[in-house]
Amino acid sequence: MTDAAPPASTVDATVDPGEIARFSALATEWWNPHGKFKPLHRFNPVRVGFLRDRLANHFGRDPLADRPLAGLRILDVGCGGGLLAEPLTRLGAEVTGIDASGPGLMAARLHAEQMGLAIDYRETTVEALAATGAGFDAVLNMEVIEHVADRPAFLAASALALKPGGLMVVATLNRTAKAYALAIVGAEYVLGWLPRGTHNWQKFVKPEELRAELAAADLTVGETTGVVYNPLSDRWSLSRDAAVNYMILSTKPL
Amino acid sequence: MSQSFSPAPQLDGDALIADVLIVGGGMVGLTAGVALASAGFSVIALDRAPLDAQLDAAFDGRVSAIAAGSRRALEGIGLWNHVLAQGHVAEPIRDIRVSDGDSLAFVHYDSRALNDKKARSASAPPSEPEPFGHIVENRTIRAALAARAKELPNLTLLAPAELAGVVNEPSHALASLRDGRRIRAALVVAAEGKESALRAARGIAVTRWSYPQTAIVCTIAHERPHGGIAHERFLPVGPFAILPMTDDHDGRHRSSLVWTEKTALVPAYLALNKADFDAEVVRRVGDFLGRVESIGPRWSYPLSLLHAERYTDERLVLIGDAAHAIHPIAGQGLNLGLRDVAALAETLVDAKRLGLDIGFGEVLAGYERWRRFDNVLLAGITDGLNRLFSTSFTPLVLARRLGFRAVNRAGPLKTLFMRHAMGLVGELPRLSRGEPL
Repeated sequence: MTDAAPPASTVDATVDPGEIARFSALATEWWNPHGKFKPLHRFNPVRVGFLRDRLANHFGRDPLADRPLAGLRILDVGCGGGLLAEPLTRLGAEVTGIDASGPGLMAARLHAEQMGLAIDYRETTVEALAATGAGFDAVLNMEVIEHVADRPAFLAASALALKPGGLMVVATLNRTAKAYALAIVGAEYVLGWLPRGTHNWQKFVKPEELRAELAAADLTVGETTGVVYNPLSDRWSLSRDAAVNYMILSTKPL
Repeated sequence: MSQSFSPAPQLDGDALIADVLIVGGGMVGLTAGVALASAGFSVIALDRAPLDAQLDAAFDGRVSAIAAGSRRALEGIGLWNHVLAQGHVAEPIRDIRVSDGDSLAFVHYDSRALNDKKARSASAPPSEPEPFGHIVENRTIRAALAARAKELPNLTLLAPAELAGVVNEPSHALASLRDGRRIRAALVVAAEGKESALRAARGIAVTRWSYPQTAIVCTIAHERPHGGIAHERFLPVGPFAILPMTDDHDGRHRSSLVWTEKTALVPAYLALNKADFDAEVVRRVGDFLGRVESIGPRWSYPLSLLHAERYTDERLVLIGDAAHAIHPIAGQGLNLGLRDVAALAETLVDAKRLGLDIGFGEVLAGYERWRRFDNVLLAGITDGLNRLFSTSFTPLVLARRLGFRAVNRAGPLKTLFMRHAMGLVGELPRLSRGEPL
């Protein structure tokens, strides 16, 4: 495609070339559709489609238009290699991606630069960002809250980063026996979403708990949508079944 | 549908820039170019031969059976009206009669028996059943493609132009031409046919076998009208098809013959004088069309089957004969290629609307999963049919004749076969369902 805007932040020229090679290898790993993140790549279109449609709906855009998210400022929390940030940028959004992992961010930055995409990647936390009063049209917490120590504080900071009238999307794993079984037996469901070697089921959260926490952060809580995997077709789709993966929308009152 | 068009290919330094580069400007390749450009992508298509050569009457004497699903796709990309605009060139197939050698057993497919709404195009009046397909001369399709291409400012044809090589860079493929020009594209589409050089360069292996058969193709003029009926006869040496064509400018009724023959004998048949050749034709066609004579040149095409082990590589996708060439026994080769095009166009449009890189492996894997099953199925069916029918071994002959009778009597099974011949079975691309991209 022909997005040719200059990258917002480039890989620092003072970084050791050996380090660059390591980031490059990491970027290659993140973006290899046959590698370790293959399950995430297979999952990605369904969540990008969901985000595009809900954001377009919320902000009165046509989701099938050329750049339906043009001009929207979006915060991607826990952005990893940029699997969400890049497509959302191509759809017109101005994306800020934050992550706690420095090397991961460098890899994301390098890849965006190679693809000619302007994405503002920062090594920071949502709490620190919210303190600066950054007003985003949308905050995306996609597969991150299961890693967070203090979830209510994290959600409150996320809400603070939103403009009034803005949209927050949270995606995570349900704390059900089914989710537990699939998380333990099926790497497809959680690979890359949980810290290595930890299947910390206690961090999974039930939709009703999350809805209560979002409401406590002064957000107006909207729909809950499940995402289900069909092992026969090897495809993900949206569903009313929220027993394993699900997403919740909420808005910040004007 | 809100659709903004990418601009015509841009220059970056000395390189042309496009979303998609299509290598091979044949019927499938150019249809892909038209489909993708119609969907808003900027496209460059190149071919080794100048385009005018393809339009020459001597270039390709074949006709193609455009199945109903393919016709809908061609309508959807603005091509079918150009086919019709070429004159009286699209003859609807209203009835297909499949028979076994000289036996009286046959399967009779009548489009009027398919009375369901799904099989009817939105544009057809309700009283008129959708024909199985249309017989169209290949050069008509090529002329229609050239005309449609001229309407699309974001489709650039480079011909003659020859590819020297392709190098993948992180965000695009960089192709170099023999004349020194370079092209940057997010995706390269290999549509160079059976002997795809791009496929070979990526080390994509193929399964192939040749049949000891060659198809002789010619046009016949006949006394009585064909009534829109296509005949497929399974003779011991191979299938023999009589496909209804439009009348010529002098009002003569015409059909196209596809006559499968042992390869070793074909040169002798082709060398016969007109009287002797016509006598051989009459022996096979019979007298139901009245007096019959061959008109125009005779062509021959050796038959072989080929299937690529994979349809994709980094920033590369194979379509049409580059991915699969099947036995033409069921008239499905071009239709499979057109279904590749419809599926690829839909895959890429959906990816673009999700902001995904259209050359990304996971996007291309979606196209491959979609198409492989259909292509393998038809390759197997047509090969099996050919083997089954190219025998005079008595128990098999009896079995297939009984099978014909059974199919003819079993309503649902027959309907399924008919819908399959129309290209309306399986998970259809939106274009093949008659819907917009």
